[in-house]
Amino acid sequence: MERKGLELGVGFFLIVGFGCLAYLSFNLGNVSLWGAPYYDVYADFSTVGTLRMRAPVSMAGVEIGQVKDIKLVNDQAQVTLEIQKGVELSDDVIASIKTSGIIGEKYVSISPGASEEFIKPGGTIRDTQPPLDIESLIGQFVFGSMEKSQKQE
Amino acid sequence: MLRYVRMLGALALENIENLGRMGVYFSRMLRGIIRPPGKFWPVVKQIEFVGTKSFFVIGFTAISTGMVLGLQGHYTLSKFGSESVLGAAVALSLIRELGPVLTGLMVTGRAGSAMCAEIGIMRIDEQIDALECMAIDPYAYLITPKLVASLIAFPLLTAYCDVVGIFGGYLVGVGLFGLNPGVYMNSVQNSVLWEDVYMGIVKSLCFSVLMIWICTYKGYYTGLDEGNFGPEQVSRATTKAVVLASIAILLCDYFVTSVMT
Repeated sequence: MERKGLELGVGFFLIVGFGCLAYLSFNLGNVSLWGAPYYDVYADFSTVGTLRMRAPVSMAGVEIGQVKDIKLVNDQAQVTLEIQKGVELSDDVIASIKTSGIIGEKYVSISPGASEEFIKPGGTIRDTQPPLDIESLIGQFVFGSMEKSQKQE
Repeated sequence: MLRYVRMLGALALENIENLGRMGVYFSRMLRGIIRPPGKFWPVVKQIEFVGTKSFFVIGFTAISTGMVLGLQGHYTLSKFGSESVLGAAVALSLIRELGPVLTGLMVTGRAGSAMCAEIGIMRIDEQIDALECMAIDPYAYLITPKLVASLIAFPLLTAYCDVVGIFGGYLVGVGLFGLNPGVYMNSVQNSVLWEDVYMGIVKSLCFSVLMIWICTYKGYYTGLDEGNFGPEQVSRATTKAVVLASIAILLCDYFVTSVMT
């Protein structure tokens, strides 16, 4: 009888422990056992600003993948995007790098296209928009307004 | 003058001897894995002792830590107007740091001290000598099951501690400060990477080895240095074991963190 209680306690402990471990690694740590349900798509940007790896990729505000890699290829930033398998991108989509909020993180936003053709795994998104450079924008604004005031004088 | 130099030398030699003895002890503890007697039931019993019976105390520690992290994190983050990353702050500090360390310290205090006292009493009662007389390897019989059991139990307890702690942060963030539940869970999910969880597991494995090694070692050699096998030696050995194991866990934590980041 004593052994029965011991077995029950240990079994209970193992179930809860492994349950927590599974929750941590599968749900929070994004580990997938059965091969990643993602495919890769490339996009070349003239600059990626402060985009970092693992930044989210979203379409219409819904997260559909993440940035897997950023490399310099032919003086351009080649970004590898990991897109969920269920999501198909038509080949005239536009990938743009945006900022969430004013000082938030950079992310890749994909605006839908109208073409019937879809981008195959390993394909490239042709239309890209680099992120808005707030610093140069401010510089332009200041410079522009100075020019204006000089003209008025 | 010469006497002091001699004392210094004696101290150094004694420490080196102790280190060597600990190394030999560790290798015998590992050798116990492949030596008889069978270990299935002893291991199950030890898992019950280290794991199941620590459930309540670990859960309590975790939930209060998680709630405090929620409170303090909210206080700090609200200064920058970024309460939305409270989940990330709580989850990352728990999974990377506090979960393994608190579990290690609590289990050392609860189970490590008991193991040290148990083995220490067996030593002063000459039960360990009796085992040796019966040609039973005392390492394989007494200590290896404890090592195997805590190698299994520590990561699971740590994972349990992390999850309960995140839930504690959720209680404070959502219940007390009226944060959006989706925002909290989303920031937890977005911030935690597999590397963080992996780091927690590695830490808990290191701590379990350290805890067993130091606590059972101190118990096994109870009274050997004093040459006097009395109850007082057991209490002294237990105190030393708990203090030393806790310090070792904290030091090891720093090294694992610096190596893995």
